[in-house]
Amino acid sequence: MRSAFIEELARLARLDRNIVLVVGDLGFGVVGKFAEELPAQFVNAGVAEQNMTGLAAGMALSGHTVLTYSIANFPVIRCLEQIRNDVCYHDANVKIVAVGGGMAYGSLGMTHHATEDLAIMRAMPNMVVLAPNDPVEAKLATRAAIEHRGPVYLRLGKQGEKRVHATDPDFRIGKSIRMREGGDATLLVTGGLLQNALEAAELLAGKGIQAAVISMPCLKPFDAQSLDGSTALFTIEEHSVIGGLGGVVAETLMEAGTRPTLFKRIGLPGEQFSSKVGDQDYLRREFGLDADGIALTIERVLSRR
Amino acid sequence: MSELLAVLYGGGVLRVDPACPDWPERDRFILSKGHGCAGLYAALAEAGFFPLPELDTFYLNGTRLAGHATTTVPGVELSTGSLGHGLPVGTGMALAAKRAGEAHRVFVLLSDGECDEGSVWEAALFAPQHRLDNLVVIVDYNKIQSLGTVKEVLDLDPFADKWRSFRWAVREIDGHDVDAVRDALTAVPFESGRPSCVIAHTVKGKGVSFMEDKLLWHYRAPLGDDRAIAMRELGENE
Repeated sequence: MRSAFIEELARLARLDRNIVLVVGDLGFGVVGKFAEELPAQFVNAGVAEQNMTGLAAGMALSGHTVLTYSIANFPVIRCLEQIRNDVCYHDANVKIVAVGGGMAYGSLGMTHHATEDLAIMRAMPNMVVLAPNDPVEAKLATRAAIEHRGPVYLRLGKQGEKRVHATDPDFRIGKSIRMREGGDATLLVTGGLLQNALEAAELLAGKGIQAAVISMPCLKPFDAQSLDGSTALFTIEEHSVIGGLGGVVAETLMEAGTRPTLFKRIGLPGEQFSSKVGDQDYLRREFGLDADGIALTIERVLSRR
Repeated sequence: MSELLAVLYGGGVLRVDPACPDWPERDRFILSKGHGCAGLYAALAEAGFFPLPELDTFYLNGTRLAGHATTTVPGVELSTGSLGHGLPVGTGMALAAKRAGEAHRVFVLLSDGECDEGSVWEAALFAPQHRLDNLVVIVDYNKIQSLGTVKEVLDLDPFADKWRSFRWAVREIDGHDVDAVRDALTAVPFESGRPSCVIAHTVKGKGVSFMEDKLLWHYRAPLGDDRAIAMRELGENE
């Protein structure tokens, strides 16, 4: 996803010289070409995320479209008050880009896992929250973030994610993307788990369960229409079950007149940190976020009906 | 701090246009110690950014004059309140101006206690690296912070040397000497290619005998007799 991001960003930055990329001394092998080709549109702020974010707000208030870029929690939680006060309160045109969303930096451990970011960013006024599911969505999300005037949080995976969309889907801020139809269950997916959800839907189909799959690359504003007509809803995210996609769906459903008979948040437990160590695929299996695990949870919940 | 603001807005240092607060070529002034906004609002009103009588609404329900500097007030460049935010944002404004070849300057007024914040020093490292000589820091060095003296809490001395070692061009002045303030602020940049730092030595509550250098008056507003005495000592008619 990060390659899709930087390629699309470079393309747009060549067309619009007001676009500036500010990095927190991270992005080896990713941002180098951009920095070399567009030095006047590149800043390395050093290992100093508070200054990076305040700096970005200052440049944005001077007319630039500014992206801050670092890994996992560093551009998000480390400088959260700069995001809230300097970026969001001033509605500054800053895009916060976190690479390595979820447990993409698996074996590096807990400090490098972004697993509460969606909940925290969603709570920020003026903030748009994007968590694309594959490299195609990452490219389109990058474009949408830059076209949107105002703060955007863009949560990316890392690299080597499987391309799910054969062609560019209709990608709009505040809209979901329907991937598969099915009347027995609806799977809402964000932040890189779309492929696993589609495979889980295949496994379920083999057992006579027809599941719809909807990609949710935009958590805020939220596409409430994506919930229409579902009797059994499942949210799937590589994030704490508190406050992310599961949270927004639960909030939306409670205020809606009609509710599904079954609802289950599939994600990471929000009660404690995990001490498991391993790569992203391993950790996904451990937390039931691989295709088998997702299918198993859904089958189990549906059997309660 | 009032002398600093008076010289900035009334002494011809800042190139601003009260009739056009968003004038793109204006100098930027950020009150990073946003709790000092009463002084800023007064300076802005005196300069003509908004009518003087509006000052009477300060802190009242429904006012736009909040207890920390807020951009809903004409002429306020950045909403501040939490310390350590102004210098990074001002640094971004200075970098943007530098890269665009624009001539305006960025002035950021810090408190001394604020310099406990790591974000101040992150920006202090960044600005000389990028040769931002269009950036000016003014520190209101009154040597008192929220729960005690700076010396007692986190001693900043040798303060000027800290800024110098971060490669800033530094001048120390008496922050109540209006001529000295004007001389320093009109002499920036002190060195080409370096950001400037003016350490203004001040006395908290200067000019009111019972307030001077007293921590209590960080929190208390003078009322009744206190107010009358304070106004008399400042040579103001109520």
